[in-house]
Amino acid sequence: MSDFSEELIRSKTEDDKEESCVFSGTGMSFPWLQKHIGTVETGGKKEKDFAQTTSACLGFIQEALLKHQWQQAADYMHSYFQILEDSDTHKRQAAPEIIWKLGSEILFYHPKSSVETFNTFADRMKNIGVMNYLKISLQHALYLLHHGMLEDANRNLSHAETWRYGEKSSSQEVLINLIQAYKGLLQYYTWSKKKMELSTLDEDDYAYNTASQNMFDHSWKTSVNLRALIQTPGIWDPFVKSYVEMLEFYGDQDGAREVLTNYAYDEKFPSNPNAHIYLYNFLKREKAPREKLISVLKILYQIVPSHKLMLEFHRLLRKSEKEDHHKLGLEVLFGVLDFAGCTKNITAWKYLAKYLRQTLMGNHLAWVQEEWNSRKNWWPSFHFSSFWAKSDWKEDKALACEKALVAGLLLGKGCRYFRFISKQDDQVLRKKIKQIKKSVKKHSVVNPGL
Amino acid sequence: MELEEAKEFREKCTQCAAVSWGLTDEGKYYCTSCHNVTERSKEVINTGAIPNAKIQAINRGLKRKRKLEKGWDWYVCEGFQQILYQQAEALKTLGVGPELKNEVLHNFWKRYLQKSKQAYCKNPIYTRGRKATVLEDNPSHSDWDSEPDLPSDFSCPSFVESGTDSQPNGHTPKPFPISKASQSETASICSGSLDGVEYSLRKEKGIVKMTMPRTLAFCYLSLLWQRETITLSDLLRFVEEGHIPYINAFQHFPEEMKLYGRDKGIFAIESWPTYEDIYKKMIEIAKFLDLPRFPDITEDSYLHPNILCMKYLMEVNLPDEMNDLTCQVVKMTGIGEVDFLTFDPIAKMAKTVKYDVQAVAVIVVVLKLLFLLDDNLEWTLSNIAEKYNEKNKEDKPWFDFRKWYQVMKKSIDEKKQKWEEARAKYLWKSEKPLYHSSIDRAVVYKRREMVVSLQKQFSVLVDSAPTVEKKSPSSFQFNWTEGDSARTCFHGHGLQGILKKKGQSLTTKNSLYWLSTQKFCRSYCKHVTTYEESNFSLSYQFIINLFSFLLRIKTSSLHEEVSLIEKILFKRKYGKTKKKSRSRKRRKY
Repeated sequence: MSDFSEELIRSKTEDDKEESCVFSGTGMSFPWLQKHIGTVETGGKKEKDFAQTTSACLGFIQEALLKHQWQQAADYMHSYFQILEDSDTHKRQAAPEIIWKLGSEILFYHPKSSVETFNTFADRMKNIGVMNYLKISLQHALYLLHHGMLEDANRNLSHAETWRYGEKSSSQEVLINLIQAYKGLLQYYTWSKKKMELSTLDEDDYAYNTASQNMFDHSWKTSVNLRALIQTPGIWDPFVKSYVEMLEFYGDQDGAREVLTNYAYDEKFPSNPNAHIYLYNFLKREKAPREKLISVLKILYQIVPSHKLMLEFHRLLRKSEKEDHHKLGLEVLFGVLDFAGCTKNITAWKYLAKYLRQTLMGNHLAWVQEEWNSRKNWWPSFHFSSFWAKSDWKEDKALACEKALVAGLLLGKGCRYFRFISKQDDQVLRKKIKQIKKSVKKHSVVNPGL
Repeated sequence: MELEEAKEFREKCTQCAAVSWGLTDEGKYYCTSCHNVTERSKEVINTGAIPNAKIQAINRGLKRKRKLEKGWDWYVCEGFQQILYQQAEALKTLGVGPELKNEVLHNFWKRYLQKSKQAYCKNPIYTRGRKATVLEDNPSHSDWDSEPDLPSDFSCPSFVESGTDSQPNGHTPKPFPISKASQSETASICSGSLDGVEYSLRKEKGIVKMTMPRTLAFCYLSLLWQRETITLSDLLRFVEEGHIPYINAFQHFPEEMKLYGRDKGIFAIESWPTYEDIYKKMIEIAKFLDLPRFPDITEDSYLHPNILCMKYLMEVNLPDEMNDLTCQVVKMTGIGEVDFLTFDPIAKMAKTVKYDVQAVAVIVVVLKLLFLLDDNLEWTLSNIAEKYNEKNKEDKPWFDFRKWYQVMKKSIDEKKQKWEEARAKYLWKSEKPLYHSSIDRAVVYKRREMVVSLQKQFSVLVDSAPTVEKKSPSSFQFNWTEGDSARTCFHGHGLQGILKKKGQSLTTKNSLYWLSTQKFCRSYCKHVTTYEESNFSLSYQFIINLFSFLLRIKTSSLHEEVSLIEKILFKRKYGKTKKKSRSRKRRKY
């Protein structure tokens, strides 16, 4: 008992390290419990040594894989196969998947392995138990793709696609869709190559017609393959992208828009920034009204406020006629600069400096204060320390000037960053610095005079 | 394959979720797509149907199966006899005298058959016409086959019990007095041996049924009778190392002895034997066989603690001089006396000594006497020995506990690692797969084939040099050589630093002692003490771990044995007035 409670205490600290959990899906997980469940003797019956050694064997395989000792892993794997003959039905049924995962990993990296070995292994594993056929087929195809064997991969996928077994469970249906979609992706690849070829041909050339006909055939097949998957909730970026590209190529703008809108807005789909980016880019190509573009980016702003499209978003907002869009424009800029990765983005600083001045000139002091209130505790040390002043000045004088203006506007001319930059004597930038000083004096939020 | 009859079963298959059922010869449902056989049988579900059709199916199944699996008619006890024969042969190749097989084990087995009323008695439980089975030097297979005219009801005893006539085309619908569930059960039960089903169901009071672990108990009893130089822990280690047939021993049955169905539960085993279990079974069998007192174990026999202590001192690389002290302890506790050591099953409290565990426990006690093992004194003494050895390089070195610990720790860790790896790589499944019924057969064989082909594929990827070569059997697990610094041999080291002269005799410098168990458990739970590792000093833990690994026993059972020896040692000590040539002062605390 006592060591159990010790485990309990210890487990608290180790919780997050361990991944395996006993009860998945209930929202609670007790990774440490698994060990105990394993050791608790069930019904007074001791666990058989067979179970004990095979699980030890699994442990050794995992360790060898972790250390990239492929030969050793293969050695243990040799013994682990006997779990397929386990008299425990549950373990026996779970075994093929585990063996497939471990075995394919070993064969992928093992120096003595080859595509042939992998193929044999995959074909064997596909036929142990029924539930794994599709999954293994798909992974087999991906392996072949990885080795550049597109045709074999395609053949494999076609094989898997036609496979049927009794009443498909719903999970199998998604797999079939996925397999078809990968097939579609392969077709897209050929199509894409053909398109490249076509672009080199002259339209009057006699070959042009047959080539374009060829392409058309391909796209038709592909669209059938891709459509089913795209309609099921999930993240299907590469599939969506290629599907839309083909639709657009053949002028089906409405179809493309529908797909992208659905992909971005359908609530059943998981939140996915790329969905909004694709839609935005599409609408931009289509020259959609500004209002529409703003509404798309607004969602992206909520998911990824540091995305590089945010500067574009800011420009759109700035150009808009609406007042609240102007306010949002300021918010977006502040938001971008909250992120450590964007601190040296000169465009962002330039926009902020300019827009801040403009806003203050436009008598929207409240907007600035609203943004600044939540940041005044940490931005000074995050952006405007004297260390940054020195290093920015050394690395990028233009950036330093923009930042100095912002610092001056927000913190007043007493601020270290501003003071350091304004003291610099630079031939080229003298005029600019002078302007900055003037703006700060005129517009700074902190007015010493008051 | 009665697809028609299987129509009313509409559940999804647990393996492939298909709903496509066929009916097996035993009346169970199987999935036609993946050949998964359910536990459900037709009778259970379809209670309204006329039983007639089922009788037909069952009968047909039986007939066909017998054709398919035609082998010799054999009994379960013959299977065990075959295994005992193999084990005895293996022991002979290990160097045990041939009398063990021809006389001792043979006699024990005959006695067992008689006591369990299987043979050599007036009314054996099986047959009227059948002769007793005899263990010959080389059991001729024709002997098993010599009874072709067995009563027909033995072809499937349980089936007969259920009350149906085995008429091939029994169209006459008979009322069924027995519940349908039980009928389906009997129909699905079968075995390759004649009495496999009956055997596994038999639960007679007072009869010790043969099992796989009991074959080893038989072996050990014969070894003990012969006073051979193999201890129980050695025997079990040889089993694990594969020198003695045990797991999958049925593989070596003659081709014509078919095993399946219930035989699987009887002969297939997926665990190694454990010391405590075999020890208990050995006593149980000896009592059941009503064996007389075993030959005396005297000072010159291998199982005497003095000799075993010497053996284990060598094994764990301790100085030979310690043997003097172990002999002292043996003498003082009286555990070396013939009456104490000799096994007497008829005695009121039949119990035998765990010779190997006891010898090792004596060594632990001596180590405690010398070094106290309180994580303090042993290191102080080591410092003294180290200094002395540095100054006197020419002399016989003093035993340095720290150095010994370092060498042993490293060796034992390596050994343990190798042992664990070898266990993880152990292949349990036999080349001849066992199946439950004829439906199972194809699936089981296919699975076996798959495993073999996968193994073949992966064996190419393994380093060409096999890492674990088969060790030749040895009662020693370590090999200490002089000169090699990693495996320094301490056998010749002296104990001068630890002992001091007192008049004529020597005493240990250390005058303290602590007891491994202060209070023995007096309740009926059967264990006398418990071992909670963390309550003890690290040195003690190390020593206990070391020895229990050598014997492949639980640490708690060694700890218990140590406590028991201390119990006797100190009781005597305090009971008598001290008068020993090399007496040592001890204080309890």
